[in-house]
Amino acid sequence: MCDTCGCNENGKDIVILKPGEEHDAEGHSHTHDDHSHHHHDHPHEHTHDHVHDHTETEGRGTGRLVKVEQDILGSNNLLAERNRGYFEARNITSVNLMSSPGSGKTTLLEKTIRLLNKDKSVYVIEGDQQTLNDAYRIESAGAPVVQVNTGNGCHLDAEMINRAVKKLDIVTGSVLFIENVGNLVCPSLFDLGESKRVVIISVTEGEDKPAKYPTIFENASLCIINKTDLLPYVDFNVEKTKEYALRINHELEFIELSARTEEGLEKWLEWLRNLQK
Amino acid sequence: MHELSIAMSIVDIATKEAEKAGTDVVLEVDLDIGTMAGIEFESLEFALSVATQGTLLEKTAFNINRIQAKAKCLDCNREFDIRDILSGCPGCDSPNIFLTSGKELRISSLLIE
Repeated sequence: MCDTCGCNENGKDIVILKPGEEHDAEGHSHTHDDHSHHHHDHPHEHTHDHVHDHTETEGRGTGRLVKVEQDILGSNNLLAERNRGYFEARNITSVNLMSSPGSGKTTLLEKTIRLLNKDKSVYVIEGDQQTLNDAYRIESAGAPVVQVNTGNGCHLDAEMINRAVKKLDIVTGSVLFIENVGNLVCPSLFDLGESKRVVIISVTEGEDKPAKYPTIFENASLCIINKTDLLPYVDFNVEKTKEYALRINHELEFIELSARTEEGLEKWLEWLRNLQK
Repeated sequence: MHELSIAMSIVDIATKEAEKAGTDVVLEVDLDIGTMAGIEFESLEFALSVATQGTLLEKTAFNINRIQAKAKCLDCNREFDIRDILSGCPGCDSPNIFLTSGKELRISSLLIE
């Protein structure tokens, strides 16, 4: 599915690159010349005549009712299950990392790769709207990486992962990190086929993040509270954050760490190792 | 704006179902959307107006049936309508509640010609 607009074929706007690649090797180039409807020249507040709260049987005399009863995210969920089956068959632990921009996902990944690489093969799928910057950082840290540029899209979906995984050629028994687009809202709805979901928040954000963005915490297994080295300088009550998050997800686990100083990082590595037992 | 992805999935499914039924006239599409499905209703309406352009659903009416989220208390078994997932049980104030509905994201039916 193309995430940028409602007009073109499946995924043609999504660019999937390895570091050093000039353009998508799958050969997608895309112009927007014919997509004038993106540029809404009407204000967002306009009324939508054709969308209305339905009142019983209105207009139903003329047509034929066809029962559909389909999950709107059904095709994403089916593809996610295919990804999941592939990961399971190859004993690949896949972890979907989700957070706001700037929470320290990429720094945490760099450190994790350097430490985990000693006994595990680590692979990364990087999701960002634009640039290969993070892919280069991950590559320097020592992991094979594929960058998914979503264009204007605000989340990764199962199809992007399906395509990216084909480029990565992951060894059996590896750990695959999927760094989602920095966004605390949209990624939560889209199953990628991951084994576990991890939400990262940092102490420089508000302690009420779980209260403001509950959906992303609902299906996560672990919440990492990052940048704990800055705790003396900010008003961030760790216990309050946990309390909020536990109200949303009663089984959520927590790890407090500082990716920069590496304090607490061993607990995170232990958590990852336990996934593969 | 993940509502655009959702809108596009709706267009995909409805188009396929219309083709299966052998028509290219879809008068109405009925959607069941839970109030805690992570969907902003106004954004979805806007996204549908964009995603349907140039498709056979351009003139289709979308009827959004909002399904009120309900939760149940694990401590006192009370069932209640819920607006804020952080709010506890209105009966015993326990935070140990779970959603029983409100996550729906479904196309229930099409009205075709």
